[in-house]
Amino acid sequence: MKDQADSYVTEDGRTIGPVVMEMKNITLRFGGVEAIKDISFDIREGEIRAIIGPNGAGKSSMLNVISGFYVPQEGEVWYKGARRPSMKPFEVAQQGIARTFQNIALFEGMSVLDNVMTGRLTHMKTGIFSQALWKGAAEREEIANREVAERIIDFLEIQAIRKTPVSRLPYGLKKRVELARALAAEPSLLLLDEPMAGMNVEEKEDMSRFILDVNDEFGTTIALIEHDMGVVMDLSDRVVVMDYGKKIGDGTPQEVRNNKEVIDAYLGVAHE
Amino acid sequence: MANIEAQGGQPSSVPALLRRNARKFGDAPAYREKEYGIWQSWTWTQTLAEVEALALGLLELGVNEGDFVAVIGRNRPALYWAMMAADMCGAIPVPLYQDANAEEMAYVMNHCGARFAVVGDQEQVDKILEVEEHLPEFERMVYLDPRGLRKYDHDALHEYNDVQDMGRKARDRHIKTIEAIEAKLDYDSTCIMLYTSGTTGKPKGVVLSNRNIIETAKSSSEFDNLRQTDDILAYLPMAWVGDFIFSVGQALWTGFCTNCPESAETLTVDLREIGPTYYFAPPRVFEMQLTNVMIRMEDASRFKKKLFDYFMAHARKVGPAILDGKEVGFADRMKYRLGELFIYGPLKNTLGLSRVRVGYTAGEAIGPEIFDFYRSLGINLKQLYGQTEATVFITAQPDGEVRSDTVGVTCPGVELKIADNGEVFYRSPGVFVEYYKNPESTADTKDAEGWVATGDAGFIEEGTGHLRIIDRAKDVGQMANGSLFAPKYVENKLKFFPNILEAVVFGNGRDECTAFINIDLTAVGSWAERNNIGYASYQELARHPQVMQAIQEHVEAVNASVAEDDMLSGCQVYRFVVLHKELDADDGELTRTRKVRRKIIAEKYDDIIAALYDGSKSVSTETEVTYEDGRKGSIKATLEVRDAKVLPVATKKLAAE
Repeated sequence: MKDQADSYVTEDGRTIGPVVMEMKNITLRFGGVEAIKDISFDIREGEIRAIIGPNGAGKSSMLNVISGFYVPQEGEVWYKGARRPSMKPFEVAQQGIARTFQNIALFEGMSVLDNVMTGRLTHMKTGIFSQALWKGAAEREEIANREVAERIIDFLEIQAIRKTPVSRLPYGLKKRVELARALAAEPSLLLLDEPMAGMNVEEKEDMSRFILDVNDEFGTTIALIEHDMGVVMDLSDRVVVMDYGKKIGDGTPQEVRNNKEVIDAYLGVAHE
Repeated sequence: MANIEAQGGQPSSVPALLRRNARKFGDAPAYREKEYGIWQSWTWTQTLAEVEALALGLLELGVNEGDFVAVIGRNRPALYWAMMAADMCGAIPVPLYQDANAEEMAYVMNHCGARFAVVGDQEQVDKILEVEEHLPEFERMVYLDPRGLRKYDHDALHEYNDVQDMGRKARDRHIKTIEAIEAKLDYDSTCIMLYTSGTTGKPKGVVLSNRNIIETAKSSSEFDNLRQTDDILAYLPMAWVGDFIFSVGQALWTGFCTNCPESAETLTVDLREIGPTYYFAPPRVFEMQLTNVMIRMEDASRFKKKLFDYFMAHARKVGPAILDGKEVGFADRMKYRLGELFIYGPLKNTLGLSRVRVGYTAGEAIGPEIFDFYRSLGINLKQLYGQTEATVFITAQPDGEVRSDTVGVTCPGVELKIADNGEVFYRSPGVFVEYYKNPESTADTKDAEGWVATGDAGFIEEGTGHLRIIDRAKDVGQMANGSLFAPKYVENKLKFFPNILEAVVFGNGRDECTAFINIDLTAVGSWAERNNIGYASYQELARHPQVMQAIQEHVEAVNASVAEDDMLSGCQVYRFVVLHKELDADDGELTRTRKVRRKIIAEKYDDIIAALYDGSKSVSTETEVTYEDGRKGSIKATLEVRDAKVLPVATKKLAAE
């Protein structure tokens, strides 16, 4: 492993910065069930970090710890050099962390554009009354935010469905709209919960390209959970492998691929 | 400027026209593009500034006079400017089809020896990089959309804006060069080179001079009274001559505004927002729109559907006559007005055709029902006939003389003659200079007196002077018994059925005609849905017995109509198969402009053709397919060979001979 403060340049020319988030000895319990057992790992600035593992390995719980939705019973979460106290989700969002959900959580009755605009909420400062009047500052603010939203719509190539209500969209596009909403917050850390789940090969390829482009274009640090091994290996810079709440591997895709424990977990060798 | 006086005050090159427009219509919008959800526009003055900055930048990059500059991408103002900027540098723009694959691109770029390319996005950059090693003369690329290109090696890759900035900085050094080059440009200098889509063999580079472009733009603009305030929507491939004439030629000549859609998918929305006054679309687009309208009407409430049917019936009766300014009774007129209020107006608005003053269709024959549908709504849809070698216009239908079965009268300045074998020849100021690096083909196509062979067989109708096209001259053949074989004539009749997307008829030199048929997935799929017919794939739907039955009925209806034509009654279809895959340009079965490549299809599916003639009831076949990303796969299928009823008229007549 490289030194924590170091920056280095990857083979394809991207600069990976120092550690932005560090999970230290996290343990998370639900009653008697230990969903996460003493896990530590870090996320570096500008990298694509994947968390993989079989069903029930504790991946989503891990992501929820990162996003601040779950507070671990033991361990510390360090973000941008400071220990993060327990926080409400909106406070986490204000810190520049945005996410998408495994089961899509969009406003179904609203248009794509309106959904993306909700992602701008943390960037809006004017009060409810001036927004209702929509004069001066509120108007300027909306125009500026709309421009950001439109750039993201352009970036993710969803112009054609800008005014379409989300409920009318197919699954693959909804996933993309969700990504757009997360991006609208201009996050410094983007969490993706199974971005490719339930997609066909073509949709997966599209989504992979968008994830790489987001990382490349905006320099966004991305942490993602994914089932599809092929996708993970192609996309990520480093991979954490979890099984039954424990970390069984951590490293570059190549290192992880050759890890005996990981192979066992994925090929289903009997556990004692 | 010197070159303006030379032509009696008329600008004689694209850059000169651009400068004239900047002076004459300075503040009028020249180009618009929807980006980030808003229509951005550029006036003629701004357009000139943008083009000039790019031209200066290109000079700075090392573009020389006479160089070829490839332009590849979807319709965007910046790419139109790139073509004008190339002209300004004395170079020759060569627009290429953006959906061409890397090898097709390599052939064309090698053939003209392009040193520079201006491309739209990463996709095009990747394609060129893929074949770069086979392009010895190729040097630099300028791209428009930087997305995904950050990491690329930028030694020979430049962003469009940067090139313009470079140009602005180097203005003092190069502006004199540009003035000198522009002063030299005249009617005979090359304006653009366009590659033919290559229905047969390799694409040929058609060299068009400023005379070709400007004279054609001028006469066609006058023919249709185009105005400076007109709006067009530029969405057809930039590599197609028509798009250059509409979006650059006529736009420069009349000074109207060219609007570029946000993306290919937003086209219908953009069309509605712009509401073009001058509109061009191939028959396929009109067909698709009509199919969509009909499908949506099937799902409409009963009252709405009744209202639609009632007023459409009335429109079909009197609409075309009203459009042509003929006598129509007062009551009928009033009823039409009412229809306009309830049905025609809202429908035209939905289609984005409310403001269309002049609409054209060309490229393929259009079904009479489709044609009449639009005309009955009061949309002035007309047909024109042309080709790249003529700078588009050969014949067009004047207002008030529009019919679905002819392609109109000769355009101003065009002469026509019909050879003994029925082939149509023309001569006009739009006739191309030459095929680049291909004197043999040039000599084959254009004779010493300037007559050009169209390759189409047709005749001029007595009395009206309208031209009627039967088929490609080389496709017109003879059946074994000596009667005339014109496959396109039959195919078009088949394709007029919404269920049939594509048809290929065989029979040259044989006793009987047979056909391949492609179903239209939109139309047949919607029919299947309404009739509770489940299907898992295109293949399965295509061989469904009820679909086969419907297609058989269509074929038999076509046979009945073919039998009525004295000359072509021998072309009735005796047997047909419904193909298991859509014919596709990626598999080389269609040209990029979606014309059938008969020979290639005949070779590829020789097993199916054999089965059509040896009396088999079915045939098993395996076909290689190419996916959009260039990967290959194969489809296996067993196709049913169906017999269609033919009318005895033809056989009787032949027997009598």
